[in-house]
Amino acid sequence: MQMKRLLGSLVAVSLVATLAVGCGGNKSKETAKGDFSVGLVTDTGGLNDESFNQSANMGLQKAKNDIKVDVKAQESKKDDDYVPNLTRFAKDKRNLIWGVGFKFDKAIPDVAGEFKDSKFAIVDSNLGGKIPSNVVAVTFKDEEGSFLAGVAAGKTTKTNQVGFIGGMSSPLIKKFEAGFTAGVKQANPKATVKVVYAESFSDATKGRSLAKSLYDGGADIVYHAAGGVGKGLFDEVKSREAGKYWAIGVDMDQSRLAPEHTLTSMIKRVDVAVFEITKQAKEGTLKLGTEVNFGLKDEGVGLSKNSKISPEVMKQVEEFKQKIIKGEITVPSK
Amino acid sequence: MIGKLNRNSTLLSSIISIILGMLVGAIAMLLSGYDPISAYGALFSSVFGSASDMGETLRTITPLIFAGLAVALAFRTGMFNIGVEGQLVIGSLAAAFVGLKLELPPVLHAIVALVVGALAGAIWALIPGLLKAIRGVHEVIVCIMMNWIALFLSNYMVGKVLSNNSDSTEKIHPSASIRVDFLTDMFDGARVHLGLILAILTTIFVYVLLFRTKLGYELRAVGLNPDASEYAGMSVKRNIILSMMISGGIAGLAGAVELLGTSEYLAINPSLPGTGFDGIAVALLGANTPIGVVLSSMLFGGLFNGGSNMQYVAEVPFEVIRIVFAAIILFVAANFVKQLGNRKNRKKKGEKASA
Repeated sequence: MQMKRLLGSLVAVSLVATLAVGCGGNKSKETAKGDFSVGLVTDTGGLNDESFNQSANMGLQKAKNDIKVDVKAQESKKDDDYVPNLTRFAKDKRNLIWGVGFKFDKAIPDVAGEFKDSKFAIVDSNLGGKIPSNVVAVTFKDEEGSFLAGVAAGKTTKTNQVGFIGGMSSPLIKKFEAGFTAGVKQANPKATVKVVYAESFSDATKGRSLAKSLYDGGADIVYHAAGGVGKGLFDEVKSREAGKYWAIGVDMDQSRLAPEHTLTSMIKRVDVAVFEITKQAKEGTLKLGTEVNFGLKDEGVGLSKNSKISPEVMKQVEEFKQKIIKGEITVPSK
Repeated sequence: MIGKLNRNSTLLSSIISIILGMLVGAIAMLLSGYDPISAYGALFSSVFGSASDMGETLRTITPLIFAGLAVALAFRTGMFNIGVEGQLVIGSLAAAFVGLKLELPPVLHAIVALVVGALAGAIWALIPGLLKAIRGVHEVIVCIMMNWIALFLSNYMVGKVLSNNSDSTEKIHPSASIRVDFLTDMFDGARVHLGLILAILTTIFVYVLLFRTKLGYELRAVGLNPDASEYAGMSVKRNIILSMMISGGIAGLAGAVELLGTSEYLAINPSLPGTGFDGIAVALLGANTPIGVVLSSMLFGGLFNGGSNMQYVAEVPFEVIRIVFAAIILFVAANFVKQLGNRKNRKKKGEKASA
C-alpha cells in the first residue's frame, strides 16, 4: 500500500512539474545585460580545471567587478559543443565572445565568419596566422615561463636529473618542454632532462605512475604541463621526503596540491589576458585581426610568488628573467 | 504475442522511468539550490524553441541513433558490443582519411568516405567477433581493448599522417562533406546534415534485417538460444561474426557521418568520445528495438542539447543532466517499475497463503 501511495504521489508531483515547465518555458530567452556584455566558452576541461579555463574565468569575474561588464560563462562537454555554445552567445548579441583553448581553432573562424558583427577572442592559438577581421588571438610565451622554471630546477637539483611530464605531444606542449629543457641546460649544463608524455590531459593515475618512474629513476624535480594528469604528479611527490623531492606546477599556483613539495609554479596569466583584452574591447581600443602575445615582459607568464625556491637561486632566476626581457636570450619554442 | 504484450509494458515502464529520472534530477537541483522549474523550462524550450535549437538537437540525436542501433543489433545475437566506441573512432578516422587524402568529384567523394568508414568499423568489430566465434574469448574484454587501440591509432594518425605534427587535421575537402545547404538553411544555420536521413534509413534497414529476413531470424535465434540454434542447423559462429560486423559497420558509419557532417575535421582526443557508451544506454531504454532506439535517442539527444541551454539560462550545471540520464538508466536497468508491481502481487499472495 505504502509503495502504491508513494508512486501515486510521485506521478502527481511530476505532472505538476510538467505543467509548470510548460508555463515557464517562454521567459527563458530573456537575459539581463548591461552596456557591454561578454561571453566565455570553456573547452572540455570545464570551469574548475585548476588550469587555464579556471584562470580565464577569474579574469572574467574581475572584469565584472572592476569595469562593470555583464559576463556569462558556459562549459563545453564535447568538442562538438564549441560551435553551438559560441553561436548561442553570438545570437544573444554579446559584444565580446571568448573561446578558451586551442581546441577552438576551427570553431572560432566558423562562427566569426557567420556573425561578422560580433567580436571574438581565442586563447592559446594564433589560428595558423589566418585571423579573421573580427577576431583577436591571444597567445602566451609559455616557453619563457618554462625557461625560468627550468633555471630554478637546474640550480636546485641535487641529482643533476630533472623530469618533464607532458600532456599530449602537440606543438603547444612542446613549447613548455623546449623552454624548460633550455632553462635547465643554461643553468646547469651537467643536468639531464628526462621527458615523458602521458598522451592525456586527464589521466591522473597515468601521471602518478610516470612521476614515480621519473623519481625512482633518479630525478628529484619534475615539471608538468599536462592539465589533470599533473594531479598524479603531486600525489606522488607528497608520498616522498619533503625538501628532497620537488614538483613544479603549471598554469596556476598549484602549491596547495602539495604545499611542502611544490618548488614553484609556472603561471600563465590567462586571467590578466582575459581582463586586459576585455577592458580594451569595452573602451573601444582593441585591435582586431591580430595576435596578441603575452610574455615575461607583459607579466603574461612567470613563476608564482608563492615558492620554495632558495633566495640564491631566486636571484639567478631573476637575472635570467631580465636577460630574456632585454632580448639577450631568445628562448626556443620547438 | 507475448512479445507484443511485453513491449507495451516496456514502453510504460520506460516512460515511468523517465519521469522518475527527471524527478531525481529535480531533487538534485533543489538540494543544490537551483530552481528545477526554470531549469527544465530552459531545457524544453531549447529543444523545441528556435529552428536552430531544433537543428542542433537533431544533430545530437543522429549519432545516438546509429550507436543505439549498433548496440541493439549485436545484443539481439547475444553479443554485448561495448566496442561501438572504438568502431566509431575508426569510422571517423577512415572517413577523414578519404576526405583529406583523396580527390574525387562531389557526391561520389562523400559516398566513398561513408562506405570506407562503415567498412573500417566492420573490420574493427570483426576482430572481437572472430575471437569470440573461434576461440570463445569474451567480446567485452576484446572490445574494451580495441577501443583504446582505436583511440591511440587515431591520435597517432592525426598527428603524424593526416597533419604535420598538429593537434588536428585540416578540414576535409568540401566535396566529401555531407552538409547540405537546404537543411542548414531550414534550421537557421544549425549543423544538421544528411546523416540524419542516413540514420533513419539505417533504422529501417535494421528493422527489415532483424524481423523480415532469414538472416535476421537466425541472428535473433542465436541470441535467444545458441544451443538450440546450432541444433536446428544454424551456424552460431557465422551469425556471431556477421552480427558483430554489421553492428561495427553501423558504428563506423556513425563515426563517418559525425566527421563528414558535424566536425569536418579530426582532432587528437585525450579520451574516447562517449557516443558508443551512450548508445548502450539508448539501446537499453529502447528495449533493443529499432523504433525504441529512435525514441530514446530523441530523449537523450534532447536532454544533452537542452542541458547546455539549461546551463546557459538557468545556470544549472550540465552535470545535473548526467544525473537525470543516469537515474533514468538506473530505473530502466533495475527494472524498478516492474519489480514494484511484482513485489506487490507476491506480497498479496503471501498474505493470502499465511492467512
